[in-house]
Amino acid sequence: MTTASLPVTAGTAGEAPLLRAWWALKNSWVLARRSITRIVREPEQLIDVTVQPVIFVLLFTYVFGSAIRLAGGGSYHQFLISGMFGMTMAGTAPGTAVGLTTDMSAGLIDRFRSLPISRAAVLAGRTMSDLATQVLGIAVLAATGLAVGWRMQHGIGDALLAFGLSLLFAFAMTWAGACAGMLLRSPEAAQAMGFVVFLPLAFVSNAFVPTQGMPGWLQAFANWNPMSAVAAACRKLFGGEVATPPVWPMQHPELAVLLWSAGLIAVFAPTAVYLYRRKVLR
Amino acid sequence: MREPYAIEADGLVKAYGPTRALDGLDLQVETGSILGMLGPNGAGKTTTVRVLSTLLRPDRGSARVAGYDVITAAAQVRRAIGLTGQYSALDESLTGRANLVMVGQLCRLPRKRARQRAAELLDRFDLAGAADRGVKTYSGGMRRRLDLAASLVARPSILFLDEPTTGLDLRSRMVTWDAVRALAVAGTTVLLTTQHLDEADQLAGRIAVVDRGRVIAEGTSAQLKAKVGGERVQLTVAPPSDLAAARDVLSRHADGPPNVDPGQRTVEAPVTGGARRMPAIVRDLDAAGVLLDDLGIRRPSLDDVFLTLTGHAAESGTSREEAA
Repeated sequence: MTTASLPVTAGTAGEAPLLRAWWALKNSWVLARRSITRIVREPEQLIDVTVQPVIFVLLFTYVFGSAIRLAGGGSYHQFLISGMFGMTMAGTAPGTAVGLTTDMSAGLIDRFRSLPISRAAVLAGRTMSDLATQVLGIAVLAATGLAVGWRMQHGIGDALLAFGLSLLFAFAMTWAGACAGMLLRSPEAAQAMGFVVFLPLAFVSNAFVPTQGMPGWLQAFANWNPMSAVAAACRKLFGGEVATPPVWPMQHPELAVLLWSAGLIAVFAPTAVYLYRRKVLR
Repeated sequence: MREPYAIEADGLVKAYGPTRALDGLDLQVETGSILGMLGPNGAGKTTTVRVLSTLLRPDRGSARVAGYDVITAAAQVRRAIGLTGQYSALDESLTGRANLVMVGQLCRLPRKRARQRAAELLDRFDLAGAADRGVKTYSGGMRRRLDLAASLVARPSILFLDEPTTGLDLRSRMVTWDAVRALAVAGTTVLLTTQHLDEADQLAGRIAVVDRGRVIAEGTSAQLKAKVGGERVQLTVAPPSDLAAARDVLSRHADGPPNVDPGQRTVEAPVTGGARRMPAIVRDLDAAGVLLDDLGIRRPSLDDVFLTLTGHAAESGTSREEAA
């Protein structure tokens, strides 16, 4: 297997790089629209971003929330919804992995690959459509939050900033999911990865409980978990902050989300495209 | 710029572990012709199509399609080709029309042009009535037709069809054959793979017989048949007692000794230019008082070709699965 000498020609060799990028973007958009059309025709695919957050919010607010007392006496649902933003946005990753493994196992991928389109378009189309579903996820989460008494206490400007940071993080996580999708063989494996890898990572964060009570090593992990940064940033912007651990990402959560997202995209987007090209030539 | 060969493969090798799916395969397809790749399961047909359509890198060897190297100029190759694989390459949850429009837009047609082209193809493949239904409601034949339509959206000059009619009913097969013939008339180069000997015979100007990752024979249908031997006259007598007389008559006209099968009451002998000598054979049989049930000229089928060339029957093939 000669993976070292992959052809450098993208979908449209011989064109000016800018024109090529333009077409790559257009192709990605066509493929993103395809995924969105699929979702409209099969809305059950949306359970991840609609029903699931509602269930989590209700469970945590009324079951666990009844027993959790926050230091300083803040309200738990105000604390929880921001945590749910962190978890739900990161939860895009397993969804992307499932979507891509489904695409790759169908014959359709051969059609895309035999067309003169950019190699990144299949992946970018998927991450773009997953971003669109996350917009819906945010709306559902906010509506559920409002129903249980959560409020955007610092005004619409800060709230929009929180939504924007959350979506940026979601987009970054879709690229991590795209990598997983290229490494895993079946949608079932991707689904399992969601439970085995993603769920524990989501719980070892400040999403549901403050980290101060955790053992030292777990606390360190939780404080540096990017989901914690998203949750902390949302708490700062929506209101509902609790005592902040003296750790850099918790002290500067908005900046931490920006850096985490940029870093994740910088690592996972090129890796996903590389894995895609390697995978499809075998 | 018109290349003499639309497709040229040179010593292609592709191994999967110890199995060699391709083992030094050479192939040339003239621009504007139809070449049928004929072989059993596991012969390397699909692997060849995947290499030529840039979906797979060969371990060794090289190939040029539309004058471009499939490895170093894959993008240019993709702009010249259409591919209909063995398994339907459609989005099941979209409508037939949406599938074609999507492919059109990916091929850089403006939205309006993509819609026009989709409508055109839906009409041509008799799918206009089902155009706005989800593909998952389509029958196997409809899917294949839509799949073929999808590979034609960008008007490719070279078309790859991997077992285009496998699993199709007779009607869908006829529609597909007509479409392929029409494309060839319009100047499209077609490479099709098939396990159906009659399909290669019907459609392809030239046939490449493939076995174990190599082309073991190549030529027109007639040339291949000539390798196996020429025409044979075969007759069936009514009463078994006429067998001897019939054999005597045939041996006077035949190029070789007649074969007698008493059980079937048949006599068969090689006769070159069979049709021209038929009247004389009939007159002599009549003069000898032979009562006939049946009389005819039999041309060797491609089944015979395959048996002669490979020593094993085409349909049974080897136990190896076609490597994907």
